[in-house]
Amino acid sequence: MSTLEEEEQERDEVAGANEGAAAALTTPARLGAYMRRGTVTVPILTTLIAFIAGGFVVLLTGHNPFSTYKAIFNGTGLQWLFPWVTGSARSTAAFNLQQTLLATTPLILVGLAVAFAFRAGLFNIGGQGQYTVGGIAAVWIGSSFSSMPAFPHIVLAIAGAALAGAAWAGIAGALKATLGVNEVISTIMLNWIAIWGGVWLFGLGGPLQDPHQSSVPTSSPVAASAKLPVFWGNASLQGLDIGLFIALGAAVVFWVLLNRTRFGFEVRAVGLNPDAASYAGISVARSYFRVMAICGAFAGIAAAMDILGWKFSLFTNDIQFSTVGFIGIAVALLGRNSAVGVVFAALLFGALETGTSDRYLDPSVFDPNLASNLTWMIQGLIVLLVSTDVIALKVLSSGRGIRVLFKGRAKREEASA
Amino acid sequence: MSVGTLAISPPRTASPKLIGIAGLVLSVVAWVITLPPFLVRTPVPSILIGVAAMSAGAYAFVNDERRIGFGAFALGTLAIAGAIGNTNSGVGHLKVVFTWSILVAAMLRYATPLLWAALGGIICERSGVINIALEGMMLMGAYFGIWGADVFGSWVIGVLIAIVAGGLLALVHAIFSIHLRANQVVSGTGINFLALGITGYFFIAHYGDNGTPSGISQVPNVKIPGIQHVGFFGNAIGDANLLTWIAILLVPALSFFLFRTRWGLRLRAVGEKPRAADTVGLSVIRTRYLAVVASGMLAALGGAYLSVAFVGSFNQNMTEGRGFIALAAVIFGKWRPAGALMATLLFGFASALADRLPTFSQSLGTLFQALPYLLTLVAVAGIVGRSRPPASIGIPYVKE
Repeated sequence: MSTLEEEEQERDEVAGANEGAAAALTTPARLGAYMRRGTVTVPILTTLIAFIAGGFVVLLTGHNPFSTYKAIFNGTGLQWLFPWVTGSARSTAAFNLQQTLLATTPLILVGLAVAFAFRAGLFNIGGQGQYTVGGIAAVWIGSSFSSMPAFPHIVLAIAGAALAGAAWAGIAGALKATLGVNEVISTIMLNWIAIWGGVWLFGLGGPLQDPHQSSVPTSSPVAASAKLPVFWGNASLQGLDIGLFIALGAAVVFWVLLNRTRFGFEVRAVGLNPDAASYAGISVARSYFRVMAICGAFAGIAAAMDILGWKFSLFTNDIQFSTVGFIGIAVALLGRNSAVGVVFAALLFGALETGTSDRYLDPSVFDPNLASNLTWMIQGLIVLLVSTDVIALKVLSSGRGIRVLFKGRAKREEASA
Repeated sequence: MSVGTLAISPPRTASPKLIGIAGLVLSVVAWVITLPPFLVRTPVPSILIGVAAMSAGAYAFVNDERRIGFGAFALGTLAIAGAIGNTNSGVGHLKVVFTWSILVAAMLRYATPLLWAALGGIICERSGVINIALEGMMLMGAYFGIWGADVFGSWVIGVLIAIVAGGLLALVHAIFSIHLRANQVVSGTGINFLALGITGYFFIAHYGDNGTPSGISQVPNVKIPGIQHVGFFGNAIGDANLLTWIAILLVPALSFFLFRTRWGLRLRAVGEKPRAADTVGLSVIRTRYLAVVASGMLAALGGAYLSVAFVGSFNQNMTEGRGFIALAAVIFGKWRPAGALMATLLFGFASALADRLPTFSQSLGTLFQALPYLLTLVAVAGIVGRSRPPASIGIPYVKE
């Protein structure tokens, strides 16, 4: 009950602030406030617009957008959900859907990592670096201690990845808290440091490179005891592991942490207005540090799911060309920084990633290399459109906005009254 | 000035700030004495000096000079590590890596794209619009520059097309952040994704798997007749690229524009107090549009330098975060062209060093690729005093 009241109060504060002094709130706070008041209409509309715009690019470069999108859809395996798909088409779809869900798992977690920061008014662009560091920890623990029993080994590897990610993001949090360093800059720099650090560790002659294949820049393979159990599909053919449930569990933790704990309340207060929060006795600096550490833990677990679930080793190429952390930004924004939204947005981007990859997209219809860039464009458009839905939402959620649209009619009504 | 301010002014001797700065200087000394031409072969003096630098930093930190203190401490640590590394490696190797004239030439090469983008960033942010999209604008310049140079057979046209492409992408950023009042950091991130997609898509669509052909017209280097063969200077600056020189000349020009002309004053006024600027009849909206588009053009030139001048080819995501380093250089340089030049030279030097370190060990050379980013982090965190951004940065302007 009390939380509900707080929520109400918070909304009133936001609404009140927006009447006159929008500038008094920080920009992320404003964005965060609007996002929580949104419905599902705007994200769906945003996605549709982005896909249509992407379709025009496909059309302009001489391809058929409909057959392209259909081929991408077939690659995702989502047609498995249709009961009329049977026989071999169904088993192919099942396999593809397993891959889509494997791609969705880390995106949920990285999306949560970005969303949690947004809720505190921080912009965590460092998901990629935190993911990288988490992956390094997971693969190191997973490939060592091979005599451990399975369950503790898995727990240890996930915990190690979470801690590594938390420590990495904690650097940005601590710099923000003590020196006021803008987290956008620091997390971007930490991304590159993590990436080059990882490439060094597993690269040729690096300290953690697999000693059994000295000419391959990769880590040692994860021991059988640290591999996550597969519950759907064939384990030797990269079936779906229980990582998906861990990710969904993390989404629940995210929701509970934000909405049902004192810490979550403080985080939201800091996100809405750090000055007011500080005046109310909340330590803003400590909140920043804790928030970033939790973000990093989410991103670190994301990497652990990939490593222990289906990658089983870490190639330097994977480290350099992975984009999971950046997609996480689009996931969080499209998901309005809410737990449920992040899960669905992650499914969308996970499906896009699988549907456009060179393994699952029919190259006779559309070049997968083009398709992956098409995905970037669609993501860019979605993020761009989300950045302004502050306005779209204003139009949708307040009568005033709509009145602006129908200015003439409003005046007439006033006149008749 | 009142009596009160005089009465509380701190004693001038050994202020924490000065001690912090001394720590920074000592850190540099600790590292440099192990390099040619000094070549001290034992790490002990460096460790002693470095520890002194770290204590100076710690002293400054606890006495409320947090940034300088942190910077001195971090730099002191790095200097000790670097010095130990230096003394453990052969003199021959050291002399190969630290051939100063070649290092300077490489520093200029690496600094040039950063400088272009940073100058663009200064114009944009001085007008009150955050430009995290420098990265995407550089990427646009890099691809469309090489595409233009290839298709039309001339680097001049390539560079012009790069400018147009960067300007167009910046126009999108302007529309979203000025007219639609978007969150500028988020819209900038979107622009970066968009640029990655657009350049990658057209690159694959046009060049396929083969990549750009060789022999594309490139921006020429400027051979300075007098000093081209004069030892150190000849190697260092005797053969630098045309775009490098233009960028360096642009630094005083932009300083003059920003701080000595009425147009510069207007630009800064719009970024500091848009309401006041509006009251005296300046168009905040138009000024910001011009500034954002100009920044896109300059950043695109940085990208075009990479592809059309430096490498002569393009690959996907070839800017590799340079736009973000440029953004850091803007902040590090306190939103001033001269400061940005210093910052980009520092990052350029780090890159140049990282490039030559594989002489020691291929594997460690990889690790040192992280050096520019680490240095950026330390620099932004520590060395500068709390730099103050333009007052109205990131706040969309609503005319009353």
